[in-house]
Amino acid sequence: MTKGLLGIEGLERSEIEQILERAKDFQPLQHQPFKRLDTLRGKMVVNLFFEASTRTRTSFEIAAKRLGADAISITASGSSVSKGESLVDTLTTLAAMRPDAIIMRHSASGAPHFLARHLPTPIINAGDGTHEHPTQALLDARTILDHRQTLEGLRVAIIGDIAHSRVARSNIYLLSKFGVDLVLCGPPSLLPRELGEIAPHVSLTYDIREAIRDADVIMMLRVQLERQHEAAFPATEYFQFYGLRLEHLGLARPNAIVMHPGPINRGREIASEVADSQSSVILNQVENGVAVRMAVLERILQD
Amino acid sequence: MAKLVIRNGRVIDPASGLDKIADVFIKDGRIAAVGERLEAPGAERFDASGRIVAPGFIDMHVHLREPGFEHAETIETGSRAAAAGGFTSVCCMPNTQPVNDSATVTNYIVERARLTAAVNVFPIGAITKNSAGEALAAIGAMKEAGAVAISDDGQPVMNARVMRRAMEFAKAFDLPVINHCEDLHLSAGGDMHEGFESVRLGLRGIPSVSEDVMVARDLLLAQITGARYHVAHISTRRAVQMVAAAKAQGLPVTCEATPHHFSLCDSDVIPYDSAYKMKPPLRAAKDVAELIEGIASGVIDCIATDHAPHPGSEKMQEFERCPFGIIGLETAVGLAIEKLVHTGRISITRMIEMFTVNPARILRLDRGTLAVGAPGDVTVLDLKCEWTYDVNRSYSKSKNTPFDGHTFRGGPIATIVNGVVVWRRDQG
Repeated sequence: MTKGLLGIEGLERSEIEQILERAKDFQPLQHQPFKRLDTLRGKMVVNLFFEASTRTRTSFEIAAKRLGADAISITASGSSVSKGESLVDTLTTLAAMRPDAIIMRHSASGAPHFLARHLPTPIINAGDGTHEHPTQALLDARTILDHRQTLEGLRVAIIGDIAHSRVARSNIYLLSKFGVDLVLCGPPSLLPRELGEIAPHVSLTYDIREAIRDADVIMMLRVQLERQHEAAFPATEYFQFYGLRLEHLGLARPNAIVMHPGPINRGREIASEVADSQSSVILNQVENGVAVRMAVLERILQD
Repeated sequence: MAKLVIRNGRVIDPASGLDKIADVFIKDGRIAAVGERLEAPGAERFDASGRIVAPGFIDMHVHLREPGFEHAETIETGSRAAAAGGFTSVCCMPNTQPVNDSATVTNYIVERARLTAAVNVFPIGAITKNSAGEALAAIGAMKEAGAVAISDDGQPVMNARVMRRAMEFAKAFDLPVINHCEDLHLSAGGDMHEGFESVRLGLRGIPSVSEDVMVARDLLLAQITGARYHVAHISTRRAVQMVAAAKAQGLPVTCEATPHHFSLCDSDVIPYDSAYKMKPPLRAAKDVAELIEGIASGVIDCIATDHAPHPGSEKMQEFERCPFGIIGLETAVGLAIEKLVHTGRISITRMIEMFTVNPARILRLDRGTLAVGAPGDVTVLDLKCEWTYDVNRSYSKSKNTPFDGHTFRGGPIATIVNGVVVWRRDQG
């Protein structure tokens, strides 16, 4: 990682391993009564969210503060963006105030990559359009490793609107680097066949049962109605054919875990009983978000 | 009027089958003689030894943005860029503000060109009023005012019935109908070629089939109407194959390819860099290979730039928000030489044909040849000169190009319009 964190695709496996190891160090801290370190004392990060977000923004803010850094959060509404300022101008203005990093979420794929070419400040991608969401993949990997010895050789099913999912892309890149056997599943209109070529060890299926069979990990994705510009499938049929229900879990390996990046739509892509079942590690993912983001911030900001 | 003699160049005029070392004598704005050791008393001399002397190059697809978008380009600046790219004539698309859908706007463009342009400017009229795809524009009146073709470029006519009527009506005026072939429903929301790269980058795709279905529709309509039909900036493998099949049937169908579409493919896109965003998008490597094959075989008739200026304020944005299009007048000939001639895919004569007599025939221009009596438009080329494109020194008002900093070997070195040298590389 040279400067910032734009995506998983360009990371080396060893860099990912270091982040995941370091995140493990930070896990116990989350349960201590006094949660603040001073590793990043005097540092300042700006959370710049051009898209609604609760968990990611809060998680980054908490991570920064637990490392002793100052963190401010800006949301697009009420900022200069609504006054017609261009993205580059907004960012160069912020950069002129010398924050040590800018954490950014944007609805346009590649917005942070585009800005990184014009700004000296490290940029951490907190989700860009339908492209990548690197810290989500890191916290997902951390969560899997909390339940399994190693990623190598696992079978992971990613199910849902893969085409529009930045979570899926980042997870595909990450898990593939560790030799995970990946099965992507969704309706054909949300599962372009090129997805099978973006990384090694990836296969595609339109059949949820086939995807879940012998899976160690079932990752469900939110149906992203806001990113679909047309009806790629009949809304009424989604849950019936691609929703995860209790009866599916028997097809997976014993002790398989169910993950979801949130926010979940109960009854749309995941049955309530599954979300609340013993198999669900959805809240562990959220908890790991802070530890993983601490590891990322420390790596980027520490002198 | 001044006299000019171009001495000792290799004169290549595909229209008359000429290829020999000769002088070209231009008098009163027209070609007066082509031959060896011409007597030219009192004429200005241009030494073309070691260079190629060709008919003036014609770019049948540019956007000059005037009237309406003068912050991006004007007829003056765009035509200067044309001259600096070796073009003596350009045809400007009608997507101005107002749209060139009436004789009034055509007249305005012709008059502004007469007052400000460095090269010949031929307007292309709209197919439909305001290029809205519904009622036909004043096609006959625009032709009388100087329009050389009709097109709703950028706003393809989606209604097949309207397109049929346009093709039928255009026949009365012997005007070619040019279409930017894109089914807007299939391409809606897309930012780059749909394929591996768009999936990898999380960008919405513009599928090849959005071009293919429109080309297929238009070729069927061209067949029943008998209209002269021209595919703008052809970019897909199947579209090239369909045009080839239509030509084999004897239909009066032609097409053009842009230098960027035969020079770059989708995997060359610098991720999220708007200098690589245009329509049609940079296609897959197999499409590029087919374009070059089509250029070599003659299926593709012309090279045209689709010069599309946009100011930095519009291109310096998130990829999905910035407008489509790149400038291309100053780099087109250099790219054609580099990618087509130096690679041995086509001869220099074939390249010149694509820039001269072919567009002239499609548009019924009395240009594109060095025949005696033709307008004195000449492009002088050097196949070996090294030069580096610096977009900050461009004559265009806009700087949106992926070829900034590219070093070329070979290119135009002088542009002569109606007997007057309007640009020389050694004088900037």
